[in-house]
Amino acid sequence: MSKQRKAVALISGGLDSMLAAKIVMEQGVHVEGINFFTGFCVEGHTHAIREKDNAKPNRNNALWVAEQLGIKLHIVDVIEEYKKVLINPKHGYGTHMNPCLDCKIFMVNKAKQWIEENDFDFIITGEVIGQRPMSQTKSKMPIVAKQSGADDLLLRPMCAKNLPATKPELEGWVDREKLHDITGRSRKPQIEMAKQFGIDDYSQPAGGCCFLTDKYYSAKLVDLWKAQGDKDYELDDIMLLKVGRHIRPKPNFKLIVAREEGEGRFLQGYKKDFISMHCSSHPGPLSLIDGELSAEDLFFAARVVARYAQGRDEDQVDITITQKDGSERTIQVKPFSKAEVLNEWHV
Amino acid sequence: MQAIRETLNARRLLCPLPVIRTQDKVKQLNPGDQLEIICTDPGVMHDIPAWCRINGHQVLDTSSGNHEYIIIIEVGAK
Repeated sequence: MSKQRKAVALISGGLDSMLAAKIVMEQGVHVEGINFFTGFCVEGHTHAIREKDNAKPNRNNALWVAEQLGIKLHIVDVIEEYKKVLINPKHGYGTHMNPCLDCKIFMVNKAKQWIEENDFDFIITGEVIGQRPMSQTKSKMPIVAKQSGADDLLLRPMCAKNLPATKPELEGWVDREKLHDITGRSRKPQIEMAKQFGIDDYSQPAGGCCFLTDKYYSAKLVDLWKAQGDKDYELDDIMLLKVGRHIRPKPNFKLIVAREEGEGRFLQGYKKDFISMHCSSHPGPLSLIDGELSAEDLFFAARVVARYAQGRDEDQVDITITQKDGSERTIQVKPFSKAEVLNEWHV
Repeated sequence: MQAIRETLNARRLLCPLPVIRTQDKVKQLNPGDQLEIICTDPGVMHDIPAWCRINGHQVLDTSSGNHEYIIIIEVGAK
């Protein structure tokens, strides 16, 4: 009796990786899923923070996909290791701060380590030739296989027929004839295949699954690095970039102003890490102040915070400043007018 | 062996971090042990039960209040 082969599938939560896993499962291979959490994954974060998004389904699509497929899912925290990928990507960035090719190499390499530690035979990805301009082209696919160290243990069931045969195919662990030859950005073949498998619910995130492909998020990350003078970050830094208005009136500090109640509640959790301000004479949002501020800067910041409170048109409002140790003092300021809060302050 | 009950503080963490912390904690526990997970991200009410279903663990109870979400699970066979 032949040995039951085992494969780990990189599961993003989207349709392609779901189909790739399904194709191999249909051939009798035992498949488990793996999902890497870099800290930049879009999955659920803004829904979790923002009150107004509560009506949207608040599910983790990778977990959901695994459940639909009936496979285990291993979610791996790679936040620390991912820093070297983002800070110094060998193959550079995409349109924004997305190091897609380095990221793919990194994740396949982590999957290679995982199959070695867990006695699995090969790796599956949902990559399709021509689907993504930076990491999923025919010329980049061998780079991913080689530089990740996965080499011929990396099987791409969606487009395998357009690529050289891999070990799982050559050894007969999977039947190459039952793999596919999809290319390009059209989603039609995948949608048709999903229909054939009876899959009628799947996630198709319009902006991809990574905040680093987002123009505005990337701008905030660049601003963070510029302000601190080096390209480093902690998890809290990159979480906070997802929340609130970021306003930098001067190079030495910025304000993070909650846009609604859910964000305000989330920012409350950071009051021991930042000086915070809120308008105490009128309803208004909580704001965190990031940076080293002089007394003059604090007064200036308070006028910005006052701009976002309901007393913005008053001659004077009370702004309560809370230090990291919880001590408070209240000052009176005149809110900045709309014109005084310059557009270029908005990161 | 006496089953134990532990508590995991996953407040302020956004999904999937509460799931990852739960996954890591469960690795240290034995079948039959219980784990109480306290979170502030409402997404855990979907994600932790989903993670339990696909990995063979049982959700014993869920509750919420004051912007906190508490899930009690029993570790299944590994």
